[in-house]
Parts: sequence; C-alpha cells; structure tokens
Amino acid sequence: MAHPQAKRSARAAPPPLQGAAPAARRSRFCGVPRLGTWVLVSGLLVAGVAHAVDQPGGRVPKPVIEAARSGQCVEDPAIMRRDHMKYLKHQRDETVHGGVRGAKYSLKTCIECHASQTTQSVAATKTNFCVSCHSFAAVKIDCFECHATQPSRTSSFHPLVHPAGTTARLSQLVRQLGAETATATSQP
Amino acid sequence: MNPVPSHPPKKPAQQERRGFLGVAAAGLAGILLAPGVRLIEIAQAASGTASAGANPKVRWGMLIDSTKCSSGCTDCVTACRTENGLPENPGPTDAQWIRKIEIKEVRTGKTQSLPVMCQHCAEPPCVDVCPTGASFKRADGIVLVDKHICIGCRYCVMACPYKARSFIHEPVTGQKPDVPRGMGTVEGCTMCVHKVDRGEQPACVQACSDAGHGAIVFGNLNDPESEISKRVARYATRQIREDLKLDTGVRYIGI
Repeated sequence: MAHPQAKRSARAAPPPLQGAAPAARRSRFCGVPRLGTWVLVSGLLVAGVAHAVDQPGGRVPKPVIEAARSGQCVEDPAIMRRDHMKYLKHQRDETVHGGVRGAKYSLKTCIECHASQTTQSVAATKTNFCVSCHSFAAVKIDCFECHATQPSRTSSFHPLVHPAGTTARLSQLVRQLGAETATATSQP
Repeated sequence: MNPVPSHPPKKPAQQERRGFLGVAAAGLAGILLAPGVRLIEIAQAASGTASAGANPKVRWGMLIDSTKCSSGCTDCVTACRTENGLPENPGPTDAQWIRKIEIKEVRTGKTQSLPVMCQHCAEPPCVDVCPTGASFKRADGIVLVDKHICIGCRYCVMACPYKARSFIHEPVTGQKPDVPRGMGTVEGCTMCVHKVDRGEQPACVQACSDAGHGAIVFGNLNDPESEISKRVARYATRQIREDLKLDTGVRYIGI
C-alpha cells in the first residue's frame, strides 16, 4: 500500500538540476525533502503501525503490573479495574464504624495478595501493584499515607496458603493425622 | 501363647480418622476439580474470616486497680506503642495514647500511680464537637476517629477532659496493617479495637496481666456475668472527673 503523502510529495518535489548548487542546497535544507526521504519515512510509519497493531495492547503503552501471589481475585479483573475504589470505600466504612474485619473487599487482604514478591509491598517501587497503575493513570492515591503497604506476615499471605487458611489447616490436619497414624502403627 | 493377629481390629479412632481423610480428600478434590468455582470464596467461606462487627448489646470497658499499679512500671505504655506502631521514644509532639501519671494527696503525701487513656465515654465530648463526624462512638461503646473524614481541626483535642487525643504533625511511616496512622489527623486510644474484634484483649491489659500485675480488667460492662461487671458491682469504683457525667467506660479502683 503506497502512502498518499508519498504520492503527493513525489508530484510536488521537482527533480533537482545537475550543477545548480543553490537550488540543491535549498531543496536539501529548507525546501521539500527528496522523494527517497519520503518513501523511507512513510515506509517506516507503515511498518510501525503494523508492528503496534500486532501487539495485544495496540499503540498505547501499558503499565507493568506485577502478578498477584496466587488464586483468583474477589471479582473479575475487568470489574476490579473499574470499581475497586467503590468496593474499598464501602468496605472502609463497614470496617471502621461497624467493626467488620477480614471481609471480602478488605484493603488488608488486597495487600496480602498483591504485595510484590520482591519488595513485599504494593507501593514501594514504581512497578508495585497499586503504584504502577495509578501512576500510569495519573490518579493520586492517599491510602498509603496512613495504611501500611506491606502485609504483617512476610510469607504465604493468600487465604489459600495463609497460616490460618483452609488449605493450610487441611494440610496441617493431614500431617498431624499422618504422624498419629505412624505412631499408632508403630505401637504393637 | 496367644497368636498375634496379622491385622489388628480397627479402633474407632482410626475409623474416624479414615472418615475425616475421606472428607478432606473430597474437599480437596472439590477445590481442585470443580470448574468455575472461585478458590478465594471457598477459602473465605470455610475459614469464616469476616468478623461479625460491633455488637450494640456490648459495652466494652476497663477497670483499673490503682492499688496494684506500681510506680515506675510502664508495661502497658510500652505494649500500646508496640501494638499500635507508635514511636518507641516519643518526642514532644508525638502521639500519646496512654500515659502513666503520679497523683499525690497533698495533706497526707500518699502517692499513687495509674494509667490514663481515652476513657471511652458514653457521652463523649469529642464526638459532640466534631464538625465532620470523624470522631464517633461505635455501637459497642468504643470511641474512635475515622481518619478518612478527619480534617485535623483538633476540636476534639480541646474538648477531651482527659487529654486523650493527639494530633499527628509529621508524616508517618512503618504503620501496622491493623492500625493506619497518618499526618494531619487526630488519634487516640482505640481500646485495640482490631484485637477486640478478633476476640482478644487490648494490648495494655494483656501486658499488665502477663507481667503479673493484673491491674487492668477488660470486659463487657453490660454482661452481669463478666468479671468486670462483678468487680464493679462488688468494689467501689470511680470515674475520673465524675462531675462531668460522661459515664466513662474506663473505671478506677483506689483513687
């Protein structure tokens, strides 16, 4: 596909005269660029567009978002992207005034799951979960002027792998039972 | 000589264990296999993580026996700082949620030492004066600051007769996940509300009893069977500044 501008410039650009130094200088420095330059630029543009379309994000750069620790978020990611602030704001009143803790939309549980594996935080570096998206969207968050950005425990934060979680409790019981069975069978 | 049986008879306990293992395996299979089931929902439903919330039938309170409180002991103050992420060595403008005071009867020279913190009044003046509703009393009688809506005007600091509220002047770092704290807001003793909601005792009460003093009793003033209610019924207790008729949740013996 030829670029329309390339055609126009090809018509507009006169062929440079041999030996006419002032005209050549004009065309090179302050006049219309040569046909070759236009072809090159338009070719690059077409290639660039094709390359950007090939990428899943299109031409718009996307924030670097670190993956959560494991499992499934409390809502569909598309819903969370749009409405997480509403959930958090509703939950904060339930928690502070009503004393409901550890609920589905608790900020504490969000942080436990989304804390970076490297910094153990959601807002310590630019790639950490909350900061990466918020700096990209240029939306200031005040949460972490008061709230801790790190979970209190330093390993296995997700409810599924949480020390007080179901899986942990099940595996603990199974281990305990295994030990009990072993002692029971070793006894005559 | 009795022949040893090759397969010993199954004990009831073993059968129970096998039954449990079956259930556990089925549960695990459900977690692993059921399509479209959100693992987090299973985990949250099973562990029952969300607490029920503040119960309006409860009135949390403390009874401080100043005869058991020794001069120079600051275990409760230290425990409060550790639990709530307050600075270890507070400067003159840092927050102070609980403090030890020495009182002396001028005529006899008798001295006493006692901790003073937010008294969690039934009629809190800090709540009356708050222009935004940030200073509030929970359904179970604990008086708190909602820092989301606190504008830092410090009316409550002025209104409190117990000097229980502090204003945060400097940016705060290293907060505890359960205790958010930030510059430009007022704060005070929360009666360790995050622990109370988990069914535990406030840090100062725990520290005092761990140290063997047992000078602070925490409990439900509305429950006649609770330890605090029994003591309040048996001993003469006093509130600080009773003349203000604030009906404090923190009461004292021996002052």
